[in-house]
Amino acid sequence: MNNILVLPMILPVLVGVMLVFLRPYIRVQRILSVLTTIASAAVAAYCLQHIHLNGIMRLDFGDWLPPHGILFVGDSFAMLLVLVACVVSSIILLYAFATTGIETEVMFFYPFFLFLVAGVNGSFLTGDLFNLFVCFEVMLLASYVLLTLGGRKTQLKEGMTYVLINVLASWFFLLGIAYVYGVLGTLNMAHIAVRVAETGQGPLLTLIAIIFLIVFSLKAGLLLYFWLPGSYSAPPIAVAALFGALLTKVGIYALYRMFTLIFIHDPVIYKIIGVLAGVTMIAGCLGAIAYSDIRQIVSYNVIISVGFVLTGLAVATNTAFQGASYYLIHDMVSKALLFLLAGTVVYLTGRSKFNEISGLIRNYPLVGWLFFLTMLAISGIPPFSGFIGKVYIGLGVIETGSYVLLAVSFLSSIGVLYSLLRIFLNSFWGETIISEDDHKPFQKTIGLPLVLLAILVVGLGIGAELLSPYIEDAANALTNPEQYIRAVMGDNLE
Amino acid sequence: METLITLLVGVLVAVGVYLLLSKEMLRIILGTAILSHAIHLLLLTMGGLKKGEVPLLTETAAEYTDALPQALILTAIVISFAVTAFLLVLSYRVYQESGLGLRGQEDE
Repeated sequence: MNNILVLPMILPVLVGVMLVFLRPYIRVQRILSVLTTIASAAVAAYCLQHIHLNGIMRLDFGDWLPPHGILFVGDSFAMLLVLVACVVSSIILLYAFATTGIETEVMFFYPFFLFLVAGVNGSFLTGDLFNLFVCFEVMLLASYVLLTLGGRKTQLKEGMTYVLINVLASWFFLLGIAYVYGVLGTLNMAHIAVRVAETGQGPLLTLIAIIFLIVFSLKAGLLLYFWLPGSYSAPPIAVAALFGALLTKVGIYALYRMFTLIFIHDPVIYKIIGVLAGVTMIAGCLGAIAYSDIRQIVSYNVIISVGFVLTGLAVATNTAFQGASYYLIHDMVSKALLFLLAGTVVYLTGRSKFNEISGLIRNYPLVGWLFFLTMLAISGIPPFSGFIGKVYIGLGVIETGSYVLLAVSFLSSIGVLYSLLRIFLNSFWGETIISEDDHKPFQKTIGLPLVLLAILVVGLGIGAELLSPYIEDAANALTNPEQYIRAVMGDNLE
Repeated sequence: METLITLLVGVLVAVGVYLLLSKEMLRIILGTAILSHAIHLLLLTMGGLKKGEVPLLTETAAEYTDALPQALILTAIVISFAVTAFLLVLSYRVYQESGLGLRGQEDE
């Protein structure tokens, strides 16, 4: 029964390999890839309900009992992220159909898209540290290809930086794994957690924890984000949206897993994360306000939200974890929508600086109002999806009395609002710049994915009550690591 | 033996970092490759080098060598092979597009 836990990863891999052989048949590739992501989402939804009723799921590959074999562990936190990742990537695929262009599609666009989804899902589900490394690499190799596919000059330039940074981060990750294996003699995450608790988190283990903090901060864009704005604004729109929605979230997930399950005995690390999160939010706001290139502004918004979500980890209370789970889900959906909208504006006008564009709402009212709605959602105005996450993270921060962090994180919301409002006022209001001859028709195929994502943004806000049992499960699993450890180790505890 | 290999790892890391900090693309790529070898060696050393018999072949040996690090570095080597190959192709495309020779942005 637990075998279905592997499907969200293995389905995209298998179908992706199949699609390589179906290269000339673009239509078949499109249909199969979107069916795959929808099927993965359905499996994830089923698993989520199963976890809610029966507790954390576990799949031991080849029946090697932990800690000896590789395993997948599905707890509510991971499974919620898998579900949203699959749903969002299905919708982004719909957008990719309309905008990618046949010459890119034929260069194995869809297989790599699916490999990326597989890597992301695998990273969420795995319960083994080395397996996490491998899933990261699957995801990253696919992202290298998607980033550089098309071979425009900016793509190649940003691609080079992105690849080198990530290669270096990967070797640091491996360094951390080597140290963990040398010190603790195991790579199963639950088993590592048990052994860390037994030996106590001495200086050596804190050093290892900091290596992991550096690695995952690089992946998540926590302070070490200098590579992010460039490489997220270079690729085609659909790919940029996929990156903005999923890639940093994997890093954030890994940080949450590491510092709620394994290295939980040293409060200094949470202080460090808090400082990093605060600085990230401030720097992200400065970036978002400083640039006039729409795609850059949107990329800096990703950085602000990374800082905001990790505020929840820095205070590490149950309420904050609930908020972080809500906010991560909201962020995946709304960042995908924001990237798609920003890309659509650039595509429709052919310009990327917001002060060169005006009056778009007269020509494309749908894009304009959707942008307005996204802006409200991201800055956390009810009844949209960002509100509840912000409230709960805020409550968590107040519980622990970290008022500086509270001030920074809520001022960052104003930064977000300001940076997006500037785009809205300049580009959408005012006299239109598009003459009737230049007016590009707005295809329904572009509108559909945008509307679907907008429905999700509104639905997540209004229907938060429906989600709350699963969110509570996720937060409880994060607050009580014993749940996770018992689900994995069972009776094998030494 | 472990100390010796650890020293070797240190030398490899030094070489890798030196190459990474240079301006030429090809040197940077070689730097990442050498750094990856350093990490692989470290991973192998961390599990302890030859401590006993080959695992699984005989049932009588008193002690077995840990086989897990070897499985790990095998996987890591494959990944580093793929990434290095991709980097080389990418830098060749950059060279083709910009005609700059395999050099970094500083020489533009």
